Amino acid sequence: MTLFATRFASDGGTRLDGAVEMIHGSGGRATTELVRTLFHRHFDNAYLAQGNDQAAFDMEAAQVVMTTDAHVVSPLFFPGGDIGSLAVHGTINYVAMAGARPLYLSAAFILEEGFPLRDLERIVASTARASRDASVPVITDDTKVVEKGKGDGVFITTTGVGIVPAGVNIGDRAKSGDAILVSGTVGDHGVAVLSKRENLTFETGIVSDSAALHGLVAEMVAAVPALHCLRDPKRGGLAATLNEIAQQSGAGMRLVESAIPVKVGALAACELLGLDPLYIANQGKLVAICEKADAGRLLDVMRRHPLGLDAALIGEVLADPHAFISMKTRFGGSRMVDWLAGDPLPRNC
Amino acid sequence: MKYVDEFRDRELAEGLASAIRREAHPSRRYNIMEFCGGHTHAIFRYGVHDLMPENVTFVHGPGCPVCVLPIGRIDNALELAEDHGVILCSYGDMLRVPASRRRSLLKAKAEGADVRMVYSVEDALKISRQNPGREVVFFAIGFETTTPPTAVAIRKAKAEGLTNFSIFCNHVLTPAAIQHILESPEVRSIGSVSIDAFLGPSHVSSVIGSQPYEFFAEEFQRPVVIAGFEPLDLMQATLMAIRQLNEGRHEVENQYVRVVTREGNMKAQQLVAETFELRTSFEWRGLGLVPYSALRIKEAYSAFDAERRFSITAKPAREAKSCECPFILRGAKKPTDCKLFGTVCTPDNPIGSCMVSSEGACAAYWTYGRFRQQGI
Amino acid sequence: MCLAIPAQIVSLDKATEVAIVALGPLKKEISVALLEEVAPGDYVLVHAGFALHKVSPEEAERTLAMMREAGVERELEGFAAEGRP
Repeated sequence: MTLFATRFASDGGTRLDGAVEMIHGSGGRATTELVRTLFHRHFDNAYLAQGNDQAAFDMEAAQVVMTTDAHVVSPLFFPGGDIGSLAVHGTINYVAMAGARPLYLSAAFILEEGFPLRDLERIVASTARASRDASVPVITDDTKVVEKGKGDGVFITTTGVGIVPAGVNIGDRAKSGDAILVSGTVGDHGVAVLSKRENLTFETGIVSDSAALHGLVAEMVAAVPALHCLRDPKRGGLAATLNEIAQQSGAGMRLVESAIPVKVGALAACELLGLDPLYIANQGKLVAICEKADAGRLLDVMRRHPLGLDAALIGEVLADPHAFISMKTRFGGSRMVDWLAGDPLPRNC
Repeated sequence: MKYVDEFRDRELAEGLASAIRREAHPSRRYNIMEFCGGHTHAIFRYGVHDLMPENVTFVHGPGCPVCVLPIGRIDNALELAEDHGVILCSYGDMLRVPASRRRSLLKAKAEGADVRMVYSVEDALKISRQNPGREVVFFAIGFETTTPPTAVAIRKAKAEGLTNFSIFCNHVLTPAAIQHILESPEVRSIGSVSIDAFLGPSHVSSVIGSQPYEFFAEEFQRPVVIAGFEPLDLMQATLMAIRQLNEGRHEVENQYVRVVTREGNMKAQQLVAETFELRTSFEWRGLGLVPYSALRIKEAYSAFDAERRFSITAKPAREAKSCECPFILRGAKKPTDCKLFGTVCTPDNPIGSCMVSSEGACAAYWTYGRFRQQGI
Repeated sequence: MCLAIPAQIVSLDKATEVAIVALGPLKKEISVALLEEVAPGDYVLVHAGFALHKVSPEEAERTLAMMREAGVERELEGFAAEGRP
């Protein structure tokens, strides 16, 4: 007997009625059923099928990379993805930015009492699909429930492990003279999310760029094993990431605005709302810093990959103890690209 | 994007830049006050000052409705949200502005107040319709550009018989502010602030027209050029101002002809005149009390006036000591003249309004600022 | 102050005074209650969800032409300096 109503659709999928209840997090039969019929049905791999609280695996002798990320996004669903796919892509990308090959993921879900099971299934299915498409399985998971009002629907924390292939040695310091590359258009994710925000609806055709970048990174490190830096510009946008790198490296940067790829729809949304695409979040892009001599080759490799078609050389690293980032504007003058205090807010005045 | 991209063209910029270099006499200075925050923002964002000769300077004016709103009024808005429990709807611009005791609407929201960001006053009306059991107040700010939308909303609310919608009105008037600056001792008698010409605001003028500026050009003998807010517009308007100064003229010229006419938008002006009336005086942050410079809602629409509905009274509030916003807003000092700038007062921790609003001179200086390349 | 952007009217409902405008590929619903006469195809200045004024294509072109002239004068100066007519 199931503890919640489950109807099986003709395509074999379930259509769940009802909502998450405290009992689903109690650790008893209700929890096991939820995990089995919802989570493990979608994640579906040998590790989870064992039904243990942990997963055991062998690793080749290599440098291991581990990362974790908690996802608390709102809205949960947006054009081009949802919190589930985001949680998978985000953690895979963190692993990949070290030049590592991602191997396994864990996923911990915190559910709010009252959250519709139908929506939960959509998210879990999406998480599973992203994991499958990236060939990085979720081998251990956890589910907890908090009282209504103490969560935001769903929070997902994913941890990822990977190994660094022999010969790959990604640094974390940019050096004066280095080239700065970006893998594609900036601002897509943030604009896609904004367009669905309450009191702000507009249509742009822009979808989130949320994607797993480990395939692209593998190609890049094969061509240039000693990249000086790899990072993915998430919240705070390209500007935040570049400022971070500049500070860490104690070097300045000079960007060229006309070289930074931005989709017209994202530009239009920014014009409407008084925002700057450099500060808008991305979820499927990376910044690469390399020796100037390697830039041409690296760009070629990136552009041959589906996630790097719009890759571009956007600037260079300079010697500057202040670690300032300046940009030659499209217009010909110069401006600074500063590190913003908080999330940029749309403005009218 | 049409009518946007063409006015950011690099080649045309170079042509205008060389015309300005040719026509600006090396023997004199040209101090041009750009009144409007949108102009300040554009100048810094596109690096327009890089294309100007050394003797042409932009002086930043108080055309930033966020910057000139007194702390006391934000305290009133907080009162509405916290003490009266209304749904307070606000443009994004106001959410981070620090009020008394370093509080802000965003902080109040974090502490449980129902503060909602809207893009348009229409969204506030929608919220009002969807929440018949709650009071909804729209925090109305802005110059003459933003006032007509508020007028439309009030009239719609009346026509629909909404009983839970009201406006906290803080609309202010441009010509009054310009007059106040030109009459200030620093400008008129002491002469420590030299303003040779004005660049008039783009979008305020689309509503009020170019006619209201004719008084200033005449009375204060200074050229006024209404400028669009794309960088090429700014440059062309600067060239026009330089020519007027060289020829000893002081007229109102309109560079933004694709949108601004002499009469402006009569329908919008009419709607505003029927919905609002002048306050005898209103306090402007940095400028003090300015007569006939702000609007309040007319008696006929008093049911939609949050000040009356919730008995809002003026709250005396003090500016932070050493904050130079009052002088910066008048163009009398630069952000770099303020002791707090870049040390205590930064976008992360704004003390005065000039730093919070992205169109405030201090925020523009900081975010885009060249000064930092000079190692200050 | 007053962030406003030119956008093109794509469709219009005269009864409700609501229009859909396009800015590049972006589409948004706005109010045209502040304008007298407006039709699909017109360009309008949009601020805080309202159309404030029509954008005149003729005046826009005239403005660009004047800007171009400023550049041409520079080239002519160049010619004069080199002694050509």
